Formats: sequence, structure tokens, C-alpha cells
Amino acid sequence: MTRSIKVWVLLCGVLLVAGCSGSGGTWGWYVIDPSTDQGMNNIRFLIGGFWATILLSLIAAAMSMVLGLVVALPGMSSNRWVRLPSRVYIEFIRAIPLLPMLFWVFYGLPVVMRSLGMPITIDAFWGASITLAISDSAFTAEIYRAGIQSIPKGQTEASRTVGLSYTQTMRYGVLPQAIRRILPPLANQFIYIVKMSAFASVIGMQELTRRANELVVTEYRPLEIYTLLILEYLVLVLIISFFVRWLERKMGADESR
Amino acid sequence: MCADRVIEITALDKSFGDFQVLTNVNLDVSLGERIVICGPSGSGKSTLIRCVNGLEQFDSGSISVDGISLSDPGGVDRVRAEVGMVFQQFNLFPHLTVLENLTLGPMKARGLSRADADAQAMQFLERVRIPEQAGKRPRELSGGQQQRVAIARSLCMKPKIMLFDEPTSALDPEMISEVLDVMVELAEEGMTMLVVTHEMGFARKVADRMVFMDGGEIVESGPPAAVFEAPKSKRFRDFLDKILQH
Repeated sequence: MTRSIKVWVLLCGVLLVAGCSGSGGTWGWYVIDPSTDQGMNNIRFLIGGFWATILLSLIAAAMSMVLGLVVALPGMSSNRWVRLPSRVYIEFIRAIPLLPMLFWVFYGLPVVMRSLGMPITIDAFWGASITLAISDSAFTAEIYRAGIQSIPKGQTEASRTVGLSYTQTMRYGVLPQAIRRILPPLANQFIYIVKMSAFASVIGMQELTRRANELVVTEYRPLEIYTLLILEYLVLVLIISFFVRWLERKMGADESR
Repeated sequence: MCADRVIEITALDKSFGDFQVLTNVNLDVSLGERIVICGPSGSGKSTLIRCVNGLEQFDSGSISVDGISLSDPGGVDRVRAEVGMVFQQFNLFPHLTVLENLTLGPMKARGLSRADADAQAMQFLERVRIPEQAGKRPRELSGGQQQRVAIARSLCMKPKIMLFDEPTSALDPEMISEVLDVMVELAEEGMTMLVVTHEMGFARKVADRMVFMDGGEIVESGPPAAVFEAPKSKRFRDFLDKILQH
């Protein structure tokens, strides 16, 4: 991982030098040159979107994890009528592209709710959070299912024979074991959410991508601004990867103790 | 119903898809009785005892344990409260310590305080002679020790009846006796036991009744001395020849 960081830093350095030195060339790094007031202001504006992207991703991921579990558990029932709604939900949600779903939730859901006598307003932040959470929950549910089903059946049977209820069996017997196996794919999903949160820009949420778009419109320097935007996501994702790896090590150590 | 009859299995049928695993099985067990069930693999003996605490569902017939029918609403949970079970693969919780394995059920299902559950768990660990392992994880223990922990875990729920599903089949030979010793002690204390095993020495020593199953039916049953001396059916004779050869 450290090697890939070095490569990226080198690449950025080369781009920066090439961009700043070539006066009449295609690069114009002045637009985000921290040594000038204008450049610094632009950088502050762009980086100001971090918080919104992070908050949106965290809230969407948290909702998706809860929703995914609620969908996954009945999906493992031996009763097909209990299983069916879970299956339908997953197949249906998984088939809807994120962008149309975002439009539907943001523009359509308030109308539906109003017609049902429950007038609500959905701002860009919650519209994006709800959409990301629902869209992602179908995948989270499948991850839970795979993780839980990978725990031997004997664990459930042993839990039941010592008197635990279904909920207690999951809570104390199965999920603590499954979570270690679920964590890596769940982290992948979180990275996916962070990247997909860029779609929130189209409904006007002031996150990283939206801010970059707005700056492009006033500065006419898409190459430099979008390059920085990509780097912003890269940094975010690398930090998450690092944190997840640390968490995995910690849990792994706990298991072998 | 006879007063001291704790398990009544009547006309039990079960199939997995097209395969009939149990056919018209009838078995009554009295309080304190020790029953050893043997038979070739696939004869339905494990399925039978797994039916007793509701781990397997049956198609027709009835099972009642201590007067509670498994078919009653909530019957399975009430029966499980009376019945302990020991599995071939131990099925200890790998993410918990030995002590936590023993206290999970009593604390969560019975509402015991941690102090009470710990004290009780240590008492049972001493009974299976491994109190010094309380703080370890199951994987750090030998197979024989793990199975003794599993027995202690069941006993912590104060069951009236104990089911053993081939408790020594996954063990290395030198560890079999440490587990059987614990089971013999349990039998001597008067525990009602249903044991699926091929340990014929154990059967001779503790069983009040031997049950031989084949093809999903009870082919023969009776006191071990009698059935070992004079097996009536050819199937049982063949089976005994095979397992007593070595």
C-alpha cells in the first residue's frame, strides 16, 4: 500500500510541475495554487465538501447496515413465505440504478407521502442518504446472509439447546462470529457508498463533487479541478482502507487470543 | 401415562424428501433410565434423538417430554428447557471463553446473575475435572476437554434428560475414556440419558436398555446383557460382528 501511495504522490508531483511551468500549455494549476489568495480560496471551497461527503456516507452506511440485517434475517428462514419478501426486496432494489432512484426519492417520495396524508419535505442531504441506504441495503443483506450462513449450523443448534431464543442465538452466538467474516466485504460496500455519494451533487447537495462542478463553471478549468476532486476521493478511500485493516487486525487478534 | 415416564415417542415418521429416515418409531423412557441407541450409519438414530428436543421436525406421530408435547404451541421451547444435548462436534462457541460458554445459557435464558452463573459453572467444570481451563478459548483445549466442557455447558441448564449424539466419535482414541468416565458418573447420579454411540463397553456398563436401529426402524431392544448374548435378528448380529471384530 505504501508503494502505491508513493506512485501517486510522484504522479501528482509530475502533473503539478508540468501544469505550473507550462504557461501556454493545457494545464493551469493557478486555479488551485495555494500560494495565491484566489487559489487558496478555491481549495478551501473544494475541501469544504469533505464533511458533507463523509457525513452522508456514514449515515447512509449506518442505515444500510441496519436495513440490510432486517432484510437478511427473514431471508434465511426455513419458511418460504417469510423468505419471499426479503428475496423480492433484494432482487427489486438491486435492479434499480442509483440515479433514477435518487430522482424518485427526492422528487417523487414527497408527493407520494403527501397523497397519503403525511406531508414531508426531503432535503438534498436526506434524499441522498435514504437513497444510498436503500440502494446499498440489498447488497449489505446479501453480505450478511453469506456471513451468517458460513457459521456452522451446530452453533445455532447449540445455542438453542442451552435455551437461547432466536434473537439471543443471533446476538450472542452467531453474529459475533459472523461479523469477522462480514467486515471485509462490508468495508468494500462502504467505499462504494463514498464513491456513489457523488451522485448527491445532481440534487444540489454541497458535497465534494457538487463544489467541484460549481467551481468549474466559474473558473473554466475542469482538468485541474477534477484532478483534485479525484485525489480527494482517493485520500478518503485510502483512509477508510487503512482504518478497516487496523480493525481487522484488532479483531483477528481478539479471536486468536 | 405412567407417572415416571419422561419421554414418550409414538408412531414417529420422518422423511427427508423421498428418503424415509424414521418409520413408525415407538420408544418410552422412564425417569432415570439410561438408553444406548446403536445402529449402522444412516439408520436414523441421530435423527431420532434430534427429534426429541425439536432440532429436527417430524412428519407424523408424537413426542412428549415430561408431559409436554412437542406439537403444542411453545412446546419446543419448554421441552428444550428440560433437555440437554451433547453433539459429536462439541459445538462450543469459539469466540467465548470456556467459562462464558457455560454461563451464556444460564444468564441469558434463565436470568442468573453473573456471580451466580460463574459459581455454578465452576462447580460443573470441577465435576468434569477441568476447572483450570475456565479462562481459555475452546480451540486451546484438546478434543476430550472440549467435549467435557460441552457436557458441563449442558449440565449448567439443570436438565432432567441428557441427549448424547455420538459424543466420542470425533475424538482421538486416547481421549475417549475421559469423556466416557464423565458420562458414567452422570449415569450413576441417576440422570436420564439417551446416548447414540458405538461404544459397546459403555453400553454394557451403564445402559438399562439397548436399542438397535436399522433403516429407520427400531429392530431390537432390551437389556444389554440379553441382547449382546443372544441378538434375535440377523441385522443386529451382523452389526455386532462388524463393530466387535476389533
